[in-house]
Amino acid sequence: MSEPRIAKGRAREDVEGIRALISNHKRKDLMFALLGMAALGLAAVTFIALFTGMVMDGASRLSPDFFTNFASRRAENAGILAAWVGTFTVMIVTAAVAVPLGVASGIYLEEYAPRNWLTDLIEININNLAGVPSIVYGLLALGLFVHTFGLGASVLTAGLTLALLILPVVIVATREAIRAVPGMIREAAYALGATRWQMVQHHVLPYSMPGILTGVIIGLSRAIGETAPIVTIGAVTFIAFLPPAPVTADPPFLSFDWLSSPFTAMPIQIFNWTSRPEEAFQANASAAALVLVVMTLIMNALAIWLRYRLRKNLKW
Amino acid sequence: MTADEQKPDPSTLPKKAEAKDLSFYYGSKRALKQINLPIYEHRVTALIGPSGCGKSTFLRCFNRMHDLYPGNRYEGEIRLLPDNVNLLAPEVDPIEVRMRLAMVFQKPNPFPKSIFENVAYGLRIRGINARSELDDRIEKALKNAALWNEVRDRLDDLATNLSGGQQQRLCIARALASEPELMLFDEPTSALDPIATGSIEELIHQLRDQVTILIVTHNMQQAARVSDFTAYMYLGDLVEFGWTDDVFFRPKQKQTEDYITGRFG
Repeated sequence: MSEPRIAKGRAREDVEGIRALISNHKRKDLMFALLGMAALGLAAVTFIALFTGMVMDGASRLSPDFFTNFASRRAENAGILAAWVGTFTVMIVTAAVAVPLGVASGIYLEEYAPRNWLTDLIEININNLAGVPSIVYGLLALGLFVHTFGLGASVLTAGLTLALLILPVVIVATREAIRAVPGMIREAAYALGATRWQMVQHHVLPYSMPGILTGVIIGLSRAIGETAPIVTIGAVTFIAFLPPAPVTADPPFLSFDWLSSPFTAMPIQIFNWTSRPEEAFQANASAAALVLVVMTLIMNALAIWLRYRLRKNLKW
Repeated sequence: MTADEQKPDPSTLPKKAEAKDLSFYYGSKRALKQINLPIYEHRVTALIGPSGCGKSTFLRCFNRMHDLYPGNRYEGEIRLLPDNVNLLAPEVDPIEVRMRLAMVFQKPNPFPKSIFENVAYGLRIRGINARSELDDRIEKALKNAALWNEVRDRLDDLATNLSGGQQQRLCIARALASEPELMLFDEPTSALDPIATGSIEELIHQLRDQVTILIVTHNMQQAARVSDFTAYMYLGDLVEFGWTDDVFFRPKQKQTEDYITGRFG
């Protein structure tokens, strides 16, 4: 005959056994939390140490002159004018090329491409391209843009090279953003009689814009710090003039000569200064590195803000 | 439909559409087996049956939603009357079909845009962009969907901030705005609470004066409440079709009776 257990409740020892078990489980929970905190702390401390080091070494060099002077043989006169203008113009070319190509490719792959072996092959290769070392892009660009097309070690060449480099990032981000748009929204548009392009243009593209923009900016923040490919294509390390202005006094008032101008860029300038023996140039390198890091942080902050702004109105 | 209401012989009623020997395949899987079903004009026809019986699949044939996904194949015809066009014919553009028919989905799916733009969307892709015409037709559609009084002062607000029931009525307004010939409802209240469900059912009942309605429902009481005709489907077959109260109170097939009385399903 079995005991009526429900009415009697559990025995005292039984409850204590459960409590011991729970406290054992909670101890493991706490241990993992501590481990996670330690891992995060290590990353944060490393970054803070690097950043503080740069600030301590370089902050004294940060002055308006540092931004408006060209590089110089004398450390105290040297500035990053050519470098930041070079980086800025190269980034404009990179964005202008990588965004339309990457977004269009992403839309095609997600919304138009038939599901077959060729599409699969392209997909696999795009993912592989994201992992190709940047120097390989530099070698490709040297052969293709510099020698075959004769574009020289110009802003255009560097922009195209870095655009190729970040293209996989933009494509993957676009596809992920597009995939996040629910199928029922697509069906709603189709059921009203929309064509595929109307559906993409009126719905998928606007709703996936936050994700696409985030991907673009992450890609650009990667490109801004790339050194190897632009060294490979032959960017100069010392330059004392700016590319020609894009706006001119004479008709047609627009000039694209700056595209074919030689250039230097922030990472090259930093690398160049670090390789100097003099202490004062090390300070310059730290200051320039600080500027580059801040540029990247600003871009990331912009990405976060844009994503927040655009996502506020998006829910399904 | 009240019991004492006169029920004419269905064969004398005007038809809005008719499925003829309709079969449908997902790849090699046959999901619909030679369905023959008339859809009577200005009547509500309910499709009932257990999950997986093919009722939603059947509904989605009407506006060619299956064309959006690869590997789907239709056999047979769906004739839209009075012009007797076969909606499933390969030479008929699915976009043309979707311009003439409208659909309301299982879960409310307003676009994350303003209330106004949601209702305007169907009109805009039909080339109607004049503000005065849009205003008139949107007001009319929202009134028909019994939503106008709740949203008239906030047409520029986000549609996704409305309650679930309001969102579904907005989707009905969006579908109504382009004056469809036939409206397809795919379990329109399955994501809604009982009160919102009641208002949608009442709306469907009122709408039949303007438009022919085909509704899929998993809820038998709902079919009994809103429909004039009921079709019972099982495993891709149309088992029984007739006046709703005949199907519910005097089913001809044992299988229908078992489903309706809750013995299975």
